[in-house]
Amino acid sequence: MSSTLVLAQLLNGLQYGVLLFLLAAGLTLVFGIMSFVNLAHGSLYMMGAYFAATAFQYTGSFGLAVAAAMGGALLLGLVLELAVVARLYRRDHLDHVLATFGLVLFFNELVRIVWGSQPVFLQVPDLLSGAIDIGGFSYPSYRFAIILVGLAVAVGSWMLINKTRVGMLIRAGAVNPAMVAALGVNIRLLNAMLFAVGAMLAGLAGAMAGPILSVQSGMGESVLITTLVVIVIGGIGSVTGAFYAALIVGIVDTMGRVFLPLILRQMTERSFADAAGPALASMLVYLLMAVVLAWRPQGLFPANR
Amino acid sequence: MKLLLSRPSVWVPLLVLLLLASVPLVAQAIGETFYIAFFARIIIYAIAACALNIALGYGGLVSFGHSLFLGLGSYAVGLAAFHGIGSGWVHLLVCLVACGLVGLVTGAISLRTSGIAFIMITLAFAQMGYFLFVSLKAYGGDDGLSIAMGSRFGPFDLSSATNVYIAAFVVLVLSLWWLARLRVAPFGMVIRGARQNLRRVNAAGIPARRYQLLAYVISGMLCGVAGLLLANLNAFASPSTLAWSVSGELIVIVVIGGLGSVFGPLLGALVFLGLEEALKGVTEHWMVIFGPLIVLVALLGKRGIVGLLEHFDARAPVNVSTTVPIAENAAIDATSTARKTT
Repeated sequence: MSSTLVLAQLLNGLQYGVLLFLLAAGLTLVFGIMSFVNLAHGSLYMMGAYFAATAFQYTGSFGLAVAAAMGGALLLGLVLELAVVARLYRRDHLDHVLATFGLVLFFNELVRIVWGSQPVFLQVPDLLSGAIDIGGFSYPSYRFAIILVGLAVAVGSWMLINKTRVGMLIRAGAVNPAMVAALGVNIRLLNAMLFAVGAMLAGLAGAMAGPILSVQSGMGESVLITTLVVIVIGGIGSVTGAFYAALIVGIVDTMGRVFLPLILRQMTERSFADAAGPALASMLVYLLMAVVLAWRPQGLFPANR
Repeated sequence: MKLLLSRPSVWVPLLVLLLLASVPLVAQAIGETFYIAFFARIIIYAIAACALNIALGYGGLVSFGHSLFLGLGSYAVGLAAFHGIGSGWVHLLVCLVACGLVGLVTGAISLRTSGIAFIMITLAFAQMGYFLFVSLKAYGGDDGLSIAMGSRFGPFDLSSATNVYIAAFVVLVLSLWWLARLRVAPFGMVIRGARQNLRRVNAAGIPARRYQLLAYVISGMLCGVAGLLLANLNAFASPSTLAWSVSGELIVIVVIGGLGSVFGPLLGALVFLGLEEALKGVTEHWMVIFGPLIVLVALLGKRGIVGLLEHFDARAPVNVSTTVPIAENAAIDATSTARKTT
């Protein structure tokens, strides 16, 4: 195992983790504050990727593609909030699961109708198509860009929540929405905006992931479930927890897929290693979650309440 | 008899059962054997939904991972048949042991949490199973595993759709009878009580978590039996049985039918799969209609079909209502908020 391979996989893991954070940040805000289970978050990510691909196809500008993904997902989030989600806040989790499950089916089929069942391609922008050289080791600059965007969003959301008035209201709303509403804050509007911002982050994640994954129907589901794992590990409702957990899950998953089969092959006989390695690697994050929960049911970094 | 006829919530499900009993005969007579396989699928989904209803409806445990047990049941047949074991008794034993053990371990971990976390953890365990079977290349990986011979229970062989139909129908009737008994048995009372107010059950000196775990395990084992039947019907064990959408479908079936009711899962499966089939006939993109329908079901509340039928019941005594009254839900919401703030 060469050190460059380890470094490359570490960066890949970081990049995946950052992408997971973009999804987890929006999802955990909605979870933590409105205690709403949004399985359609993955669909917003998928729609973001499709919006970006379409915008890129017409304009050829990656910047516009990202803007279209974020704006489109924001609008879609607002529409969903007003039409469906807002009616369900006061109901129990089963209703949330049911409604958003229906939405997932709807969006998966919708993109098949609009864009067809073949994957759509989104190119890496020319500016970022090269590689960056760090001491004889080169790494694609686009993936670096993803890491930077993710870190910027992490810092931005931390500032928003901990340093601004809106953030204060968000935190207060998480603890006691009735009291915040009684103080004259339009909690309805706050909820809608928060849901829409979460959707926008999902759209951004979709646009960023577009060039490195294939944009296709159902692409949101596997990443959604990994995001749920991130949130459970990090502690529901905690954005900081989501950040650390996203990085842990991203790195564990990426490193596990590459190195677990190699390690097993050295420790056990080849036929067993070849069968068990990939199986164990793909289950690794779920095992991690099970262990974390058996140890700390509230997650590693629970929100302070 | 008059009492029976005045209560649609009783005679409609019984009529459905009667009609289901006649399906193989009618299908043979008109030569449309396709219907045997189609209704066998409905019955098998109804069994799985009955199983889920023990955890979800009676126990209030929103398990989003019951496809795990459906898949384990399927692979109990698939793996045994792959290694040349054709005995249905062995298949059943493997299925029950596997589902029981997996249910015990995953249930024990999942039940350490509640609410949203419980939903997500059960989902994650099912995903774990999904990836396990996808990556087992020796057993077909994501292509699935063909089953050359059905489960043989002595002279009774599950290799024809009609035989699977008969077996599934018997299992369904037994499950319904048992579920009706379970609802009012002390065990059923405890898990239904824990659904409404966990603390009060604990305060009464009953270890509620242990009862919930047992309910989860039983629920998983019965769901495994549905998986065993499904594998025999399709002559195929596929990892797609463990996909998360299957868990979602099972939840939708239970809710459409009537949460916590005895006959709800049966009526739910009939309507769900029937509607699916009808919409498939209208358009290839049937899910674009089906998805919003599910959203609508969620928005309209969840007394389900059984709740609707009970609405037409004449002078039905209040205390034999088989669905969850709205007030109960409010109580659950109240307890969950109370738990959150403490």
